[in-house]
Amino acid sequence: MHATQHKESNPPALSEPGVRAWLNRRTGLDALLRTALYEPIPGGARLAYVFGSALLFIFISQVITGVFLALYYVPSADHAHTTVAYITKTVTAGSFLRSLHAYGASAMIVVLLLHLSQTYIYGAYKGRRELLWLSGCVLFALILGMAFTGYLLPWDQRAYFATAVGTNAASEIPWVGESLKRMMRGGTEMGTLTISRFFVAHVFLLPACVFALVASHIFLFRQAGAAGPVNEDPYHPKQKPELFYPRQVLMDLSLTALLIIGLGLLCFFVPMQLGPPANPADAQYVPRPEWYYLPIFQWLKYWHGAASVVGILVIPTVLVAAVIALPFLDRGIERRPWKRPVAMGAYAFVLFALVALGLRSQYLDKHDPGVAQQLAKQKTEEDEYMRKPFEPELSSASLTAANVALADPLAAKGKTIFEAQSCNACHGDAGVGTAAAPALAGIAAKVSPDQLAQLFKHPTAKMTAGGMPPMDLPPDDFKALITYVGSLK
Amino acid sequence: MCACAGDSEATTEKPSAPGLSLENRRSFLGALLGVGSIFVGALLSVPLIRFALFPLLRRTTELKSSPVGALSEFSPLTEPAMRTIQIEQVDGWRKAISEKAVYITKDQQGQFRVLTSVCPHLGCTVPWNKEKNQFLCPCHGATFALDGSRISGPSQRGMDTLETSVQDGQLLVRFQYFRQLVPHKEVIG
Repeated sequence: MHATQHKESNPPALSEPGVRAWLNRRTGLDALLRTALYEPIPGGARLAYVFGSALLFIFISQVITGVFLALYYVPSADHAHTTVAYITKTVTAGSFLRSLHAYGASAMIVVLLLHLSQTYIYGAYKGRRELLWLSGCVLFALILGMAFTGYLLPWDQRAYFATAVGTNAASEIPWVGESLKRMMRGGTEMGTLTISRFFVAHVFLLPACVFALVASHIFLFRQAGAAGPVNEDPYHPKQKPELFYPRQVLMDLSLTALLIIGLGLLCFFVPMQLGPPANPADAQYVPRPEWYYLPIFQWLKYWHGAASVVGILVIPTVLVAAVIALPFLDRGIERRPWKRPVAMGAYAFVLFALVALGLRSQYLDKHDPGVAQQLAKQKTEEDEYMRKPFEPELSSASLTAANVALADPLAAKGKTIFEAQSCNACHGDAGVGTAAAPALAGIAAKVSPDQLAQLFKHPTAKMTAGGMPPMDLPPDDFKALITYVGSLK
Repeated sequence: MCACAGDSEATTEKPSAPGLSLENRRSFLGALLGVGSIFVGALLSVPLIRFALFPLLRRTTELKSSPVGALSEFSPLTEPAMRTIQIEQVDGWRKAISEKAVYITKDQQGQFRVLTSVCPHLGCTVPWNKEKNQFLCPCHGATFALDGSRISGPSQRGMDTLETSVQDGQLLVRFQYFRQLVPHKEVIG
């Protein structure tokens, strides 16, 4: 693939001085850079070819922002929302980085669709590019998977209900659907196990696959060579090649720069919202998926009962199979779109169907007064939640201590005695135990109140050795203390 | 698609600038791109660095002042008044609320002085003994005067005073823990 007119510079002499020369002798960096930059493009650089690089850039940006967000995020049903709220409302630049990650996901889908469309319209899957196309298909699925799994992680109302619907849709698949749903959710209902599963998929499994697939996608691209313009032969390019560097690099970087500026401005002026925490008991909530899932969402509405197998399984399977098999089915070397009416017709039809389904879903929402009103209410609730200052989560230890005091007036009195007598100094607040003395919580299951009273008045030798003094209290106080200690759980 | 724009930019070689070879122009462009990328990269890393350094720039753990009661409650003070305060400890995105007993007393000048009930010896809760008119620790018998100063026993210092402030006629106190078994007060958290 190095059929270029570029003059290869001589290998660096062993004696060549300088840090760069030394680094190059050790790593072969120059050769690597040359391979990367001097890729010949038949017919020359074009703006149409920029989407692949832009995708790579957004993916890297997603990886970096994702890693940073993980500095504060906790994947569990009781902390996920609090930690995302903390990132959004408290941490410096947190709202910006979270927005960059969330909007980046949408931007990635947009650029992915552009990249796919360009490849399809240009017939750039033809020639010896079957595996290149296949790896692209798998990457598409992986990116949709990343979007689906990442969407749940903030655990706000919107995320929770969208994922509830999404996982429910999976259960519509005949035979395996129910098991698939339980597999994804980690049970029959959505809960903390669902977050764990989605988190692991989102930050470990899927990214690992994406890395591997991106590497093979680029490798396969270089193996096959750039396809060039639509009138180029997909097997044996004849047009005068131009190297990737500098003009194509400049074009790629220009789009990347535009993306950076666009995303940066969007994140700064219209930061991503976070809604109120997920409330599974909210029966009113109208779930809506992110825009790129709207067509599927709308499609699923049309299929019920016995016919659903056709709509949910047969048609999508045929469609996906056709897309995957495309380079094997469409073997002709003709690449000009106007000479490929079937391929272009199919593309226009699918595109039209997707857009129409998405718009239809939007239209129905706007024209159903009940739904429109509820959606507006949900939006207002999100706005209100965003205006509230961050409220730290009460740790569970303080909750148990507070609950116990409320239970019984006698126990409440016992609690003050427990503290006044310094029992908590060794046995811990609410008898949770410390390094100095064992926990008293749950002791009622092992020792009766009378035995407890005996032990308090006459500690065993082991207890005395540990520093436990014999208790001498008025009978009422003693009773209160026993009640309190017996109530500790 | 933007293929039309690409079409207009044909692949003809641009005429070389006088005195500059193609190779030179390319390495100049390369350097420019390198510097540009580093600049943009540095710009993009600003929010990342600020995000990661947040705990350095701002307090992420905080012990809030707790209200003890209205100042008027303590105006005739014949003996130390015990109050249970709620301590709110913020730790990043969570907070813990615990309860601690404190004593409100006055020093020789009549100024408010709030004492922690934690014995500076080994951490037991020290009660006020009305009969003896002194604080008497039930664990190891340390005794302290009305203003918290050490009288006798194993403790190496008097009872620890807490930082106070007054806001809207309310006495506020910042609860802290102090190192035990040392002669001088030393904050541990």
